[in-house]
Amino acid sequence: MTDLTQLGVKAIRDGVAGGDFTAREVAESFNAAVAGASALNAFIVATPDHALSAADAVDARRAKGEDLGKMGGVPIGMKDLFCTDGVQTTAASHILEGFVPRYESTVSRKLWEAGAGMLGKLNLDQFAMGSSNETSYFGNVSSPWRKEGANAAMSPGGSSGGSSAAVAARIAPAATGTDTGGSIRQPAAFTGIAGIKPTYGRCSRWGVVAFASSLDQAGPMARSVEDCAIMLEAMAGFDPKDATSLERDVPAWEAGLDANLKGKRIGIPREYRMEGTDQAILDSWEQGKAWLRDAGAEIVDVSLPHTKYALPAYYIIAPAEASSNLARYDGVRYGLRDLPDGSGLQDMYAATREEGFGDEVKRRILIGTYVLSAGFYDAYYTQAQKIRALVARDFEEAFASCDAILAPTTPTASFPLGENSDDPLAMYLNDVFAVPASLAGLPAMSVPAMLNPDGLPLGLQIVGKPFDEQGVLNAGLAIQQRAGFDAAPEKWW
Amino acid sequence: MSEYHIKGTTGEWEVVIGLEVHAQVTSNAKLFSGAATAFGAEPNSQVSLVDAAMPGMLPVPNRECIRQAVRTGMAIEAEINAWSRFDRKNYFYADLPQGYQISQLYHPLVGEGSLTIEADEKAGIPDDKIIGIERIHVEQDAGKLMHDQHPTMSYVDLNRSGVALMEIVSRPDMRSPAEAGAYVRKLRSILRYVGSCDGNMEEGSMRADVNVSVRKPGEELGTRTETKNVNSVRFVMQVIEYEANRQVEVIENGGSVDQETRLFDVASGTTRTMRSKEDAHDYRYFPDPDLLPLELDEDFLAECRASLPELPDAKRARYEGELGLTPYNARELTAEVETFARFETLLAETAQATGKGEKDIATPVANWALSVAPGVMKSLGEDANPSNATAKAQARILAMQDKGEISGGQAKEIYEIVLRDGGDPETIADEKGLKQVSDTGAIETAIDGIIAANQDKVAEYRGGKDKLFGFFVGQTMKAMQGKANPAVVNQILKDKLDG
Amino acid sequence: MAATRAASARGMSVTREEVAKISNLARIRMTDGELDRMVPELNKILDWVEQLGEVDVTGVEPMTAVIPNTLRLRADEVDAIPETAGGRRDDVLANAPAAEHGFFGVPKVIE
Ligand SMILES: [Mg+2]
Ligand SMILES: [Zn+2]
Repeated sequence: MTDLTQLGVKAIRDGVAGGDFTAREVAESFNAAVAGASALNAFIVATPDHALSAADAVDARRAKGEDLGKMGGVPIGMKDLFCTDGVQTTAASHILEGFVPRYESTVSRKLWEAGAGMLGKLNLDQFAMGSSNETSYFGNVSSPWRKEGANAAMSPGGSSGGSSAAVAARIAPAATGTDTGGSIRQPAAFTGIAGIKPTYGRCSRWGVVAFASSLDQAGPMARSVEDCAIMLEAMAGFDPKDATSLERDVPAWEAGLDANLKGKRIGIPREYRMEGTDQAILDSWEQGKAWLRDAGAEIVDVSLPHTKYALPAYYIIAPAEASSNLARYDGVRYGLRDLPDGSGLQDMYAATREEGFGDEVKRRILIGTYVLSAGFYDAYYTQAQKIRALVARDFEEAFASCDAILAPTTPTASFPLGENSDDPLAMYLNDVFAVPASLAGLPAMSVPAMLNPDGLPLGLQIVGKPFDEQGVLNAGLAIQQRAGFDAAPEKWW
Repeated sequence: MSEYHIKGTTGEWEVVIGLEVHAQVTSNAKLFSGAATAFGAEPNSQVSLVDAAMPGMLPVPNRECIRQAVRTGMAIEAEINAWSRFDRKNYFYADLPQGYQISQLYHPLVGEGSLTIEADEKAGIPDDKIIGIERIHVEQDAGKLMHDQHPTMSYVDLNRSGVALMEIVSRPDMRSPAEAGAYVRKLRSILRYVGSCDGNMEEGSMRADVNVSVRKPGEELGTRTETKNVNSVRFVMQVIEYEANRQVEVIENGGSVDQETRLFDVASGTTRTMRSKEDAHDYRYFPDPDLLPLELDEDFLAECRASLPELPDAKRARYEGELGLTPYNARELTAEVETFARFETLLAETAQATGKGEKDIATPVANWALSVAPGVMKSLGEDANPSNATAKAQARILAMQDKGEISGGQAKEIYEIVLRDGGDPETIADEKGLKQVSDTGAIETAIDGIIAANQDKVAEYRGGKDKLFGFFVGQTMKAMQGKANPAVVNQILKDKLDG
Repeated sequence: MAATRAASARGMSVTREEVAKISNLARIRMTDGELDRMVPELNKILDWVEQLGEVDVTGVEPMTAVIPNTLRLRADEVDAIPETAGGRRDDVLANAPAAEHGFFGVPKVIE
């Protein structure tokens, strides 16, 4: 029998539906893979029982001839930013250690309703703040990938690093991610998998631990564009509990997949040719153009003049929102409480938050507090929101002459854990290509393109018009078919 | 006394007062969650995951709360901002689960408006005065802290957390405790007319932050203090009185007033610095990224306007102008929703019972409603059964009086019986003989007897001593044992004496 | 960008005292060592974001909604959606570090 852990979402779903194997067999295989991969530290907690009972339910439905759902029989990893009823949810922080929600996030609920099961809660950068998965209270996540001929532990990217590592290592066929400034696309690129951040408002934010509300979007991470399309269909949809949720039907993305790009124009933003970008990255970008041209698209030059300012604007807006969003972690209603002897309420807050938050979280809360404080609000926050409007306008103008934009996902391939951790600014630059689309709320995806000379994966990014996930997926599919990326990390864990 | 001044050792001081009134919006559910708003529930029983600020929870605004705030804005003829936003006000406190209050700073729902407080000579308000209202914004209420249940802990109840408030911010246009009191009463009346707030100050549905400063007349504004959460008109006036005098004393003793938040102590009638809010706040307001801009369309605004009732000022003017009521009666009847509602019901019933137009009977109905009926009720005390005080019964009494079947005194007597024992007014009038005699024959007979017995007085009267007419009326009424219809008595007497 | 100019005049840098003040505003207790470490880190980031001052934003409105969308309003119904309904005190208190008699307990506050 085939190793079921080598299968992706579509293959598992179709195999279970077709009776090639049972959902329970799939869940058992992946549960075993998860149990055997603790060296990756991809999971904060494993939930094998959840996976098994979801699988049994699917098998029972199949026995009765009922519909198995869009994700019927597929066990997935759940980023530990999604609140899961009865299962610890920590956002990889100490301050939420032991927190067990009595509610289920909309996205995870939809996935369970679509027949998926949960292998466990995936590690991430603490409160999704980080680009390397080195800020988790529960330890770094290791990428399954290593540089050729080296055995330094590499970064799986962040913040959805547990998700990317798990999918790349084949211990989960797919995982949820969240993307605030690149947190789906960058880790996907680092680990040779696909991931899509949909248009802001497609996936409900209800029950997702908030980082920066105006940017946060959930999305799927999987090994193929098809798998992403399937899973996104299950995750997306209007939610009356989220005031920013889009009141739109979920398109049939899977059925709409079409790699023929005839008549499509793909824009190449000239400002993305930045200093410090790896030659291999630039080469992959050239290759991407050729692939898309081959798929029938016309390649056009476009300009996104404010690209340079997107990242610094992001590092004002996201921390500002975070400083407020994270104020609720105060030791009163849930999570950690540090109450030094004889201390009052305000001392308790300060001690709890000192103890409960990691350095990067504190850094961003402080930056956010500073830029919102009296006398600085306009200079920083208002200015950043104006620049954000300009970044969005750049895209709007570019989309007048193209249907989608092709760019590298990251300026470099993955790096060894620890390499950038002393220099927050260097770390932030990881998201230089990913952040503009986040600021503009646009759908954007990373698909694996090739390996660099060190044998590490590189991703290509497609950014689409608002609501045009289909266009993004189709361009991704065209690249996927031509890239033929089938490299997998060698198992060392 | 037309101007309220504090006499200090260095001269007279003027008091400048602005009020921020927090009024709980009447709604079933909270501003951003589906939890109930009812008063007095078990602790934390009306708390949703959203109100407790659990991780990942999001606000979705309640249409009715927005609607009520807009209607309130319309009632004070304020600018309604069809585009507004919610902002977060960030600070840490145990009654504030999110670590921020969702409020509106930069783009409030309601802009500039005003209300008029009426002249009240006795209270020291010589003329009607317009008080500016800067804005009304919508925001979340906080939870409640209980300090006396445990030796070392305070307890947090989040039932109120997330309940919708309107913050109604006045201009610093008031100059005396009386003006501030009149402002709060008038505002309360408007809110209750509109139905946007029940105005129940004891339950905290309405409370005021009282901003007070003092200055020498004509000088720049002084430093103000803000006394929080004052929950009665009387207390608002006490706070101003106390704060104004305290500030004058501080300044005259060479000190300066700190801009600070203070608390009112009901027992002592004084204010004191609020210790928990000691550190200077930097609220870091910014637009709530969980909420998009609030855009109201024409239909929504039109419905808000169309659903507004007649408001106190308009109603008062109509009572005076159309119904011909005295200014006093008009003001008294329109002050409270219950009062005018009772009056208008009684007026309609009485018009029906008499077959007359409302304006023809408005004055006796107003007098009845304001003084006669409450007087009877009061004199009966415990013996009165308020459920017998139906509009129908009262209208029938008033109709009998209007037709001359009963006198004013009989009306009171009948009403007393109705209130005490219930029963049908006409039957009571018949059975207890509480009816006037309008039978001209009987009255004529009595009058003839009186004229015959008082020929000297008749002569004096006819000689020009008009005042004696009252004597003949009195004698006639006495002879009729008070049951003669005075109008008939007057007519017959006139005919006989003048004829 | 007047405020940036003002800030630039001071080299756009935060002092130790300012960081201490911010950390107090954010209710994050910091040791002297942490402060020493955080000050240059924050300054490096603030120096870097200062480039935003270069951008001419004349006539640009700050972004309010990332995707054109307006605020949806909810009907005034109690407990219409179970997940955002009241009446679930046990769920609300389930994770509280100190829950007593149906309340959340906090160290005594003096107002
Ligand atoms: Mg106030
Ligand atoms: Zn307020």
